[in-house]
Parts: sequence; structure tokens; C-alpha cells
Amino acid sequence: MRAVIAEDSVLLRVGLIKVLEMGGFQVVAEAGDARGLLAAVAEHRPELALIDVRMPPGFTDEGVRAAMEIRRCWPGTPVVLLSQYVEERYAADLLSANTSGVGYLLKQRVADVADFVAAVRRVADGGTALDPQVVAQLLLRRDSDPLARLTPREREVLGLMAEGRSNAGIAQALVVSESAVAKHINNIFGKLDLPVADADHRRVLAVLRFLGASRS
Amino acid sequence: MTIPAELRRTVLRAQRDTGFLAAGVLPHLALVPVWAWAAATTARTGNWLLTVSVSAALVLLGTPVLTAVQRARYRVLIGVDVPRLTPTAPERRTWASTARWLAATRPWRRIGYHLLLGPLLALLELLVLAVAAACLAGAIAYAWSWALPTGIRQHWFGYLTQLPACTAAGLLLLCALPWTARAVARAEARLALGLLGPSRAQRLQERVDQLAVSRTDLIEAVDAERRRIERDLHDGTQQRLVSLAVNLGLAMATRPDLPSDAREVIARAHLEAKEAIAELNDLVRGLHPAVLEDRGLDAALSGLAARTPLPVRLRVDLEERVAPDVESVAYFVISEALTNATKHADATRAEVMVRQVGELLRLRVTDDGLGGADAAAGTGLTGLSKRVGSLDGAFHVSSPAGGPTTITAELPCAR
Repeated sequence: MRAVIAEDSVLLRVGLIKVLEMGGFQVVAEAGDARGLLAAVAEHRPELALIDVRMPPGFTDEGVRAAMEIRRCWPGTPVVLLSQYVEERYAADLLSANTSGVGYLLKQRVADVADFVAAVRRVADGGTALDPQVVAQLLLRRDSDPLARLTPREREVLGLMAEGRSNAGIAQALVVSESAVAKHINNIFGKLDLPVADADHRRVLAVLRFLGASRS
Repeated sequence: MTIPAELRRTVLRAQRDTGFLAAGVLPHLALVPVWAWAAATTARTGNWLLTVSVSAALVLLGTPVLTAVQRARYRVLIGVDVPRLTPTAPERRTWASTARWLAATRPWRRIGYHLLLGPLLALLELLVLAVAAACLAGAIAYAWSWALPTGIRQHWFGYLTQLPACTAAGLLLLCALPWTARAVARAEARLALGLLGPSRAQRLQERVDQLAVSRTDLIEAVDAERRRIERDLHDGTQQRLVSLAVNLGLAMATRPDLPSDAREVIARAHLEAKEAIAELNDLVRGLHPAVLEDRGLDAALSGLAARTPLPVRLRVDLEERVAPDVESVAYFVISEALTNATKHADATRAEVMVRQVGELLRLRVTDDGLGGADAAAGTGLTGLSKRVGSLDGAFHVSSPAGGPTTITAELPCAR
């Protein structure tokens, strides 16, 4: 799988390339800023773009904006944002259009090579990978929050759904049976007033509702 | 013959002061011809409307020139600096702005000085100068008498009694001259400072404006410094540590064949690198998060609340973003309050409210901890109170023993 990396720290870029190559990716281009990244994506049409949030020249959210630009111009390009700190607003921006093929992870997660590669692969395959810290921010209790109706366990399940895990993954993480997970998820759908339709679609809607609520 | 230093100084000072008084006569009399002409012409023609308007115009035009002349005289001749009026910012001439200008600069004080006080001061100056001249003349009268032909000198009635007495009186008065000249010069300087310079209210206003600007600059400088440090750490140390952790992770992933003790050392180093990153992240985040600058208080606070190891209920009601320095102080206050709740208060939950009420940003952080926090004793709370004070905000801590602790702050946020 061909990947493009945008990261302004050369030291880290080298490490990222090694990690991705270990995971079976082929890094076809690397960039130090958003402009270089967009040019590289336009040229190579990669199957994964790994992007640092803070890049020159502004050092705030250049990466997020570049990622949204990529999603707009080349829909379906899987994008993983990396950041020293994760902010749910950036995640919400990115996820508000479409949750598939999106990841947002803390930089230090790269150090756990196997987990990181698995998360990136999940995104490249059209899944979602949100850092638990983003999910923690999303789960923050706010007044007038429709999520307030959920029980703590249901919130946990919803958080893991937002991280991009399957029912089996959630069951494993919470050490419960898969049928218990399915029951929780059904309760979540009910409490969030999501119409009975294609279950996968509802899953995305639930996560979106979750993001939307957190942005109020 | 050496002249004693004290005497020389007194003579020099007397010279300087009388020179100063002499230089004052003309400018102090400068407006006399104006009203003399006005009075004479009015008496002759009865056309007071013309004379009043012409003389008023001349007075108004002459006042700034004369003020400048007097300032130069005070500064050059006796080293007294009469502060210049700061030019008021150019604004559209309206009745209100004119009234403000009149109230702030009080031009009638300067006009009064030149028109009414000037002639009186000139009289005083002339008097002192005349006395000084008379003293000098008297003091040397006896010496001059020796220049007269012997016959006249010997036959002039009273030569023996009057001239020496004249000289003695002149010398005596001459001794008093330096003090008199000095007293008059000082009195003039005091009057000029009071009437020609800016009024006390204006000076205070200027000082307050200056202080406000310098304080704002200082706060901005401190914030810029925090941002710079955050950026330096982010671009440098944090990236290096992450890179180190990644390489250690790679070492473990690529070399499963290493002996177990080597693997264990690498695993420990890997863990420590990750912990160091987490610690550094927390530290750096307290300085100034980029998201605060980028997305504002609400976004930054949700990150802060999520990282706090307590359940935090967050409510932020802001219609629009407030000024960056207000955002920065608000973030800092809430961040410290949550840290205190976690570290010292033994709290199990916290609540953060941020609300904009008119031109005030109200913050409230409540926790259910032990209470007993003292704003007067705790350095952390004192720092918060100072930081809030730097924006003219109000800061209040309510923390009875046994809890709960409520910290409130109100920050003015008019844009």
C-alpha cells in the first residue's frame, strides 16, 4: 500500500517511515508542510496519508485543514492525523463529513509499533481509529447533552465504537460477551433516537451524534 | 586673591537669576500693547466689537508662541522644565470634543498667565532689576566720587556723610539681592509649572494611560514568552522524545530474537520514554495550548477537562470569541483550579462554568473536595488572583473547611 507522510520534524519522519514500512506500507512521498503534502497527494494518489497536525508556517492546525482539503478533493483517501495533543474539535472537523477512512492519534502511540500499525491499517481499509484521549474529550459531560441519557457502560461502548472497534473488539476490550455488546449498542441506538435501518449505518450515525453533541 | 567658592557661587547664581528676570520682562509685557491698543481704539471709535474680536484673536494666536518662549526661558535660564502639553489626538471637531479639549487642557490658565499675570510679573521683575541697579550704583558711589575733581568733591555738601552711607546701604542691599532674585525666580517657576504646563488631572490621566499601555505590553510579552517556550518544546524536546520512543518500539518489534535481559532493558527504556512524553505533554499544555489560539476557549477547555483525572462537567456559553489575553487568563485560571482540585482537594468531581454576561466573562470552578483553600496563604491562588487582577478582573475563592471549594473570576472582555 502506498503512503504519503507529512511531518515537519525530520527525526520523527524517519521513524514513521520505518514503522510504516514494517507494517507493509510503501512510503512514496514525504513532505514537511501542508503545501508539499497536497502536491504529493495530487501526484501519487496514495492509499494512506499520515499527517502531523501542527506544521509550518502557522504551527496550529495546518494538518487538519490539509486533511480536510484532501478529503474534499480526493474523497475516500484514508487520512491519519498525528498530534502531540489530540483535540476533539479537530477530530470533529475531520469526521463531520464521513467517518470512514479517518484516524486521529497521539504521536506517542507510534511508539507502540504493532498497535499503531494495526490502527493505521484499519484506517487504510476504510475504518476509523480515534485516540482514547479524543474519545475521553468526546465523553466529557456537558449540560444539555443528549448523551447524558446513556449509562456509564453504554458511554464506554460508544467510546470504543468511536475509536473504530468492531463488536468483537469492544467485547474483548470490556471483557464481556459479544451479545452483551450488541445489546448495549441497541440501547444506545434507542436512546439516541436513531431509526432502525442498516446497522452499520446507524453505527456511524451514533458516532456522529456523539461528535455533534460534543461540539455544542 | 582667591574668591571663596561660596561667594562665587552666590554671585553666579544672582547673575543667572537676575538675567532670567530680565529676560522675562519683554515676553511678559508682550500682550500689553494688544489690550492697550484695544482700549485706546475703543475709546476713540467706540467700535468695541472690532477691537474685542481682533484683540481676542491676537491673544489666542499669541498664547502658544508666548508659552513656547516662556518654556524656553525657564528651561535655558534656570533649568526648570515646564512640561509640554501633549497634543490631543486629532478627532472630528464637535462641541463635545471641544468641550473635552477645554476641560483637559484648560487653555484659560495659559491665557490668564500671559494676559493678566504677565504684566504683574514684569512689574515685579522690573522692580527687582531697578533695585539691583540702584544697589550697584549706590555701592560704587563712594568709589566714583574719587573721580570727581577735588574741588567739587571737597566742597560738595554732605560728601562726607551721604556717600558712605549710600555705599553702605547699597552693599547691604546687594547682599540681599541674590535671595530676592532667587525668591522671585522660584515663585515665577512655580506659577509657570501650575499655569503653563498640563494640569494635575491631565498629568495623572497621562500617567494612567501610560501605565495601562505598559501593563498591557507586559502581559502580552509574558503571553508571547509562554507561547514561544511551548513552541520550542513542541518542536524540539517533544519530537526528540517521541522519536526516541518510536525507535525503541521499532527495536523491540524488529528484533524479537534479542536475549530476554536486553529486551527487558529496551522495554523499560521504552516505557520511561513514553512516561516522559506524557509528563512533558502535561507540563507544556499548561503553558498555552495551540488549540486555544486556534479554536478558542471552549475547545481548549474540553481538552483540559478530559485530561483531568476527575469527572468534570463543563458548560461554556460564549457567543463569540473573546480577546486572546482574556482567553489565556481564563484558561490558566481554570487549569490551575482543576489541578488544585485534583492534587490538593481530594475531590471526586468538578464543575466548570464559563459564561459571558454583557462585557464580563464569568468563570466558576467548583469541586466537592476538602475545602480549606486560602487565597491569602496559597501561592497558587495568589498567582491566579494576580493574573486575574492584571486584566482588572475580580477573583473570589469560597472554600470552607470540609468543602466545597468554589473559585469565581470575572474578566472584563469588552473588545
